[in-house]
Amino acid sequence: MSKTSQETISGCIMSSKYPSTDYIMPGHVACPGCGAVIAMKFALQALGPKTILVIPACCWAVVAGVHPQTSLKMPVLHTAFATSGAAASGVRAALDMKGDTETTVVAWAGDGGTFDIGFQSLSGACERNENFLYVCYDNEAYMNTGVQRSSATPYGAQTTTTPKNAWKSHRKKNIIDAMAAHRIPYAATVNIAYPDDLMRKFRKAKEIQGTRFIHAYASCPTGWRIPSDKAVAISRLAVQTNLFPLYEVENGTDYTINYQGNRPVEEYLKIQGRFKHLTENDHAEIQEMVNEDWRILNGKAS
Amino acid sequence: MKEVLEGSHAVSEAVRLARTKVISAYPITPQTHIVEALSEYCANGSMDAKFICVESEHSAMASCIGAASAGVRTFTASSSHGLALMHELLHWAAGARLPIVMAEVNRALGPGWNIWMDQSDSLSQRDTGWIQLYCETAQEVLDTTLQAYRLAEIVNLPVMVVLDAFFLSHTYEPVDIPDQASVDRFLPSFVPRITLDQQNPNAIGQMAPPAFYMEMRHSIQMAMQSVLEHFIDVEREFETVFGRTYGPITPFACDDAESIFVMAGTSASTCRQAVKTLRDKGHKVGVIKLKMFRPFPYQHIRKCLEQTKKVIVLDRNCSFGPGGIFAQELRAAMYASEQHPQIFSYISGLGGRDVTVDHFLEIFDRTEKADHPENESVWIGLNP
Repeated sequence: MSKTSQETISGCIMSSKYPSTDYIMPGHVACPGCGAVIAMKFALQALGPKTILVIPACCWAVVAGVHPQTSLKMPVLHTAFATSGAAASGVRAALDMKGDTETTVVAWAGDGGTFDIGFQSLSGACERNENFLYVCYDNEAYMNTGVQRSSATPYGAQTTTTPKNAWKSHRKKNIIDAMAAHRIPYAATVNIAYPDDLMRKFRKAKEIQGTRFIHAYASCPTGWRIPSDKAVAISRLAVQTNLFPLYEVENGTDYTINYQGNRPVEEYLKIQGRFKHLTENDHAEIQEMVNEDWRILNGKAS
Repeated sequence: MKEVLEGSHAVSEAVRLARTKVISAYPITPQTHIVEALSEYCANGSMDAKFICVESEHSAMASCIGAASAGVRTFTASSSHGLALMHELLHWAAGARLPIVMAEVNRALGPGWNIWMDQSDSLSQRDTGWIQLYCETAQEVLDTTLQAYRLAEIVNLPVMVVLDAFFLSHTYEPVDIPDQASVDRFLPSFVPRITLDQQNPNAIGQMAPPAFYMEMRHSIQMAMQSVLEHFIDVEREFETVFGRTYGPITPFACDDAESIFVMAGTSASTCRQAVKTLRDKGHKVGVIKLKMFRPFPYQHIRKCLEQTKKVIVLDRNCSFGPGGIFAQELRAAMYASEQHPQIFSYISGLGGRDVTVDHFLEIFDRTEKADHPENESVWIGLNP
């Protein structure tokens, strides 16, 4: 029997459980239905006002506001693409030297800035166990530059650099496993369709010392070619099909699975433009991959 | 208090005395002695600072940018490939108007791998918006590093303190190490212009569309143009406290000189020796050591060179095609001058090859015999 904790998981927002304060102002420039904005909204509500954000090149570098405006009620350090881990280390070091140990430093990067170009900087920070929270909001491609494939793009997806029949034929990098290998104190996945689980994990991460990593699934209607009003429903399916399992890893070894999905992955694939070209055989192949990953994950959690 | 110090450790001493709060660095020869000493100071408590052992120079500068944005004094050191890897963030640091100080130990770039003296690494970064100050002695290295913080924090631009690999970084010289109280008087606590602040949340370094970007760049240019004036003030204050001054350029025997050598770094010492020899033989020759390269001290250079007939530039660097980089700057500087001395460009001492008194005598002889400079930079000391 796998180690699981399902009691707090629901796909519904119980309004009484959520803070009324919002740290994102209206008028931000995200696309309609942007999952990354929903992720930020809940994350900041969980973290509260004593937060400094470090944002590299990514969608959020634009969503956070174009000079002289900002859409966030938090201090934001915009930094170069590959640098989130290092820049956040620098902010943390400066705050520590100033005697400010209360503020939570949060690096907030996309999948390209995390899985690819920023991976070295992130790995360095994890190895040093820098005291900050790193959040990767994962929309599974370079969306800000026009939907090019990243190493977070899933097997089977079309992007502008894996077009038509040359759809991506490599599996998505398992970033949580890579983080766990660094033996950081906390790594977890969250999904915008499970806000209570998301907020619990952000609150938990806030209280932990050392490098904390949250992998936030963030649907992208523009890049995935899905209706903007399906952004949350499709995110929910990613969890319910076990394609994006909700789980936590403490100290690199202690795995807890938060949700057991049981729906076929086909339901998730068929409704997205980026997977439209896939055949039933492809669906079956992807189901096998999901099953295999799920078995491995359950093995780690048992 | 005078101590015999390695050039590298003169940097480390200054960074300690400046009460730097965050140091972030990645090892590369010949810069390592600087940061090893600083690690030691942080570990033994003689310095109250955080040392971040990052995994690359790119991250070193990124974490300095993070720390400086959060409002503390920062430092890094690099050389050669490390500086080249930092290139993107050198632009970022200057663009964000952060007063970061870096020691840059001049070293050649590969291939082939070469750890020795060469100016091509720092000069390749000339357009990044960093102030560049070249040093000749260990004392000048210590003094310039202290001045660098003061200057950086006035103009809100980063400063690169440049010293020759091995000839300066690994050479021991007597250095007057100032006491902490005097340094505190010269260099007060850092008050950041803008910082990450929850009481007044702002976005630093955010997206700047065409309607704003150009003014931001113009403000950097304005700041850079004010550097020379501020540098002179800073040096004057420094002289009041410590009794030493260097100037953006250091002329030697230039007043009546018909030919003037120009160069940066330790080869200026060698050149002065050659100039003494030439003066003994009756030649009217002088030498200018160039300390400030960015911004280029046009007025000082013009004033010193416009009465002379021949300017003899030694570049320990090469911009492939045009040739010596200092020579190009000097041609540009003198073009707007009423008087146009001829500018002779020589390249020597690349990749750590010695530049000797004999080389300077050879250069002088060749220049004396020539009516006009050759089109290309002349390479001196090439193996046959």
